[in-house]
Amino acid sequence: MAGDLKDGLIVIVGASLAGLRAAEALREEGFTGSLTVVGDEPHAPYDRPPLSKQVLLGQATADTLELPMRRDPDAEWRLGVRATGVDLLAKRVLLADGDSLPYDRLLIATGTRARPWPNPEEGALDGVFTLRTREDGAGLAERLAARPERVLVIGGGFTGSEIASACRELGLAVTVAERGPAPLVGALGGTLSKLAAVMQRNHGVDLRTGVTVTALNGNGAFTGAQLSDGSRVEADVCVVALGAIRNVEWLAESGLAAGPRGIACDAGCRAFTMYGIVTDDVFVAGDVSRFPHPLFGYQMLSLEHWGNAVEQAAVAAHNMVNPGPLQRPHLALPVFWSTQFGLNIKSVGVPTYSDHVVIAQGSLEARRLAMVYGYQGRVTAAVTVDMAKALDYYRHLIETAAPFPPPPGAQDRAIAADIAIPSAVPDPSVLSHGPTVALTGHLPDRRLTVV
Amino acid sequence: MDSATLLARITDYASRPNPYPLYAELREAGPVVPQADGSYLIGTYHHIAALLHDPRMSADPRTRGEMTHKPPFLRLDDPEHHRLRTLAMRPFGPPHSPGRVDGMRGEIDRITEALLEPFEAGHQVDIVDDFAYPLPVTVICRLLGVPHEDEPLFRAWSDAIVAAADVRPDDESAEPDKGGDQARMELGGYLLNLAEQRRGKPGEDMLSAFVNEPDPALRLTPEELAETAVLLLIAGHETTVNLIANGALTFLRQPEQLDRLRREPELLPRAVEELLRYEPPVHMRERIPHADMDIAGTPVPRGVPVILALASGNRDPQRFPDPDRFDPARQDNQHLGFGSGIHACYGGPLARLEAYAALGALLPHLATASLVQDPPPYRQNAMLRGPRHLPVRL
Ligand SMILES: Cc1cc2nc3c(=O)[nH]c(=O)nc-3n(C[C@H](O)[C@H](O)[C@H](O)COP(=O)(O)OP(=O)(O)OC[C@H]3O[C@@H](n4cnc5c(N)ncnc54)[C@H](O)[C@@H]3O)c2cc1C
Ligand code: HEM
Repeated sequence: MAGDLKDGLIVIVGASLAGLRAAEALREEGFTGSLTVVGDEPHAPYDRPPLSKQVLLGQATADTLELPMRRDPDAEWRLGVRATGVDLLAKRVLLADGDSLPYDRLLIATGTRARPWPNPEEGALDGVFTLRTREDGAGLAERLAARPERVLVIGGGFTGSEIASACRELGLAVTVAERGPAPLVGALGGTLSKLAAVMQRNHGVDLRTGVTVTALNGNGAFTGAQLSDGSRVEADVCVVALGAIRNVEWLAESGLAAGPRGIACDAGCRAFTMYGIVTDDVFVAGDVSRFPHPLFGYQMLSLEHWGNAVEQAAVAAHNMVNPGPLQRPHLALPVFWSTQFGLNIKSVGVPTYSDHVVIAQGSLEARRLAMVYGYQGRVTAAVTVDMAKALDYYRHLIETAAPFPPPPGAQDRAIAADIAIPSAVPDPSVLSHGPTVALTGHLPDRRLTVV
Repeated sequence: MDSATLLARITDYASRPNPYPLYAELREAGPVVPQADGSYLIGTYHHIAALLHDPRMSADPRTRGEMTHKPPFLRLDDPEHHRLRTLAMRPFGPPHSPGRVDGMRGEIDRITEALLEPFEAGHQVDIVDDFAYPLPVTVICRLLGVPHEDEPLFRAWSDAIVAAADVRPDDESAEPDKGGDQARMELGGYLLNLAEQRRGKPGEDMLSAFVNEPDPALRLTPEELAETAVLLLIAGHETTVNLIANGALTFLRQPEQLDRLRREPELLPRAVEELLRYEPPVHMRERIPHADMDIAGTPVPRGVPVILALASGNRDPQRFPDPDRFDPARQDNQHLGFGSGIHACYGGPLARLEAYAALGALLPHLATASLVQDPPPYRQNAMLRGPRHLPVRL
């Protein structure tokens, strides 16, 4: 039996971070059968985080981000071809070019795409960008290098904030418009979002909060935008950073539990059907997945995290070629990092799964701190600002469900370390940016609602 | 035997050649083993790693009530530690000086070559005095800008400082060690004077960089400069000498591994990591809890020394399969040889580069060499453990 699992036909849909890492891991696990990787982008797998950082600063170009291969996964690469559906009964993946691929086991790693500007005509104006792909990155970097008068960034989440940071580093005028009360508030809650707002303003960002952009203006080319407070921003480049949409539409007829928040799977990365029954030949990994996590009340987590894609791909690959009793759960804690305005922000756990926070070490004034998040008296997350080495300790507290607030006696302890304040995590619906980590309840979605 | 005497038995000079059975006893008695002198000894990997990351554990000797002047950042807590380590890093590593260590490659190779020139078949050499010691001393002197001719001068100071910093069970009858403080002052004064000579006429060295820092917010005070320079000079060679000597000794004891490394030189970087695990130059570190703690079920009061036996953690079977085997191709080797957490070794990249150059160049000589004395005579120091001499016939 186990021998069979190391052989046969495996198809991976999605040729990016999760897809590549799973392909490598399958071979490391001893899979000797035939492996096909389908990707709709015409490129070998590449890395996305530099797109909002080094690429915009001109320190790297978008065509040099190919992901290094740990080993040649000896796969057939079907690049530039979209998968259009899957027939679970016939065990075939359907492709846009009319072909179809038989499989014994299937891995879905189709990730997300940028949420476009809701008005397609306005979104098509020259100078309006989203940022998800290599082409997006190259196009935006080229525009920024041409030194526009002003850049408008819509959405103050991680991606929007990093873009604004890059603009300031390039010496460009930039306006950030955010519907919520401050940047990053959806990911980090109230206190740190205030620090983020101060950092943006100190670095010369024209930050507008509590407003929405109501219209993009221009005749062919973007010239400015209308805000809900009646004001107008004149700018010649606009970046729409409104979060991500899961690439699940191609599964609408599949019978899998695929919805706007992702494809539901179990802790072993096995996909659920729309009836909440777990499959044993369809697996999910990366940004497109929703999976239950014991440390967060077994709610389904939905993450847009590089590290999660890597870890989950390894677990999925392992489970694809090993029988039940040898399978492993995907229990890794969510970890995320971002660099912006000279700060290195790292997060572990789920900051939004919290009711209170304390600054356990460092201080807001020093711009160097460890913030610990608690939910109903236990530690659920930590965020460090320029204090990454502290993270391991707090990770351990989260993993052991340690009591909140953390025990006294820490060096570099903040004066306010005992004063827990509300974490002030807003309802995501009031934000223009989608949070990159979300808890999405216990239920696998029954049906896809088209977004 | 009584587990409360473990620290005394480990630090006893008679245990120097092979403390590893005592570490096994420690892990067995553990994880937290109270000692007769009131300290606590810990030798299990996962507990050590967790405590190295625990912000409640102080590295500052003043936390146990010792009256002493401000120590160097090796023994300071955050935020002071962070400030001084960051300033000390500016002329040494990324992000401000990313090319510094790599730029020393050629020079390290040249020094290695020159030292090995007299190594001729038939001769007897002392791997420590003729090779493992002079190499890192020369390198750290170049880096800091210390004249190599002054080596006899600072060697005496360095010996006294390292002896004073050793881990020993408290012995009521012993005189408190004042020789260490005296030597630290003198070496600090000497280094500060060297730095002052470069004020306004900077060379490429780190003392020049420290003393000529234009931004007052980024400048070290004279006392800080002295403490930092002393730390770098000592940490820069007293450890690396052990790594090179332990490496030569391990290879000579295991000719099949020596052969393998000669056949597969690309294994050398992994072999060096394995040496840092299997025969680490730094065996123990001390920490002091800032608050009353519960460590793995044992209450540990604030202010008492907690000794973390890094070398024991490196041999913990709960972490490393077959831990007493030297396996130059070992995977998943997150050893504690360089520590971990905020005090993780500052000079690791340089130490690795030196070890690759030194051991790589030594391999061909070792192939036909034999140990004159096994075990060799060891240094007195239990914390910085390594051979005092390693006589070898080529
Ligand atoms: C600008 C930017 C900055 C980021 N910065 C950070 C950061 O600092 N830290 C961090 O942790 N994470 C960051 N991320 C997130 C990180 O890049 C993602 O978590 C990661 O790319 C997820 O990998 P994935 O393989 O799951 O999905 P994706 O990378 O989205 O890949 C999915 C692939 O599948 C393809 N595909 C989709 N549908 C189909 C179909 N039907 N048929 C065939 N192929 C299909 C897609 O085109 C894509 O190539 C950033 C992302 C972006 C865009
Ligand atoms: C093989 C060689 C080396 C070994 C095994 C080694 C080991 C260690 C260890 C275990 C620590 C942690 C101490 C603790 O946690 O209390 C440390 C810290 C340190 N090492 Fe090294 N070291 C080596 C080489 C070097 C070199 C070459 C330098 C200087 C260029 C150096 C500079 C330092 C400094 C400055 C610290 C203090 C860091 C801090 O407190 O933040 N070391 N080293």
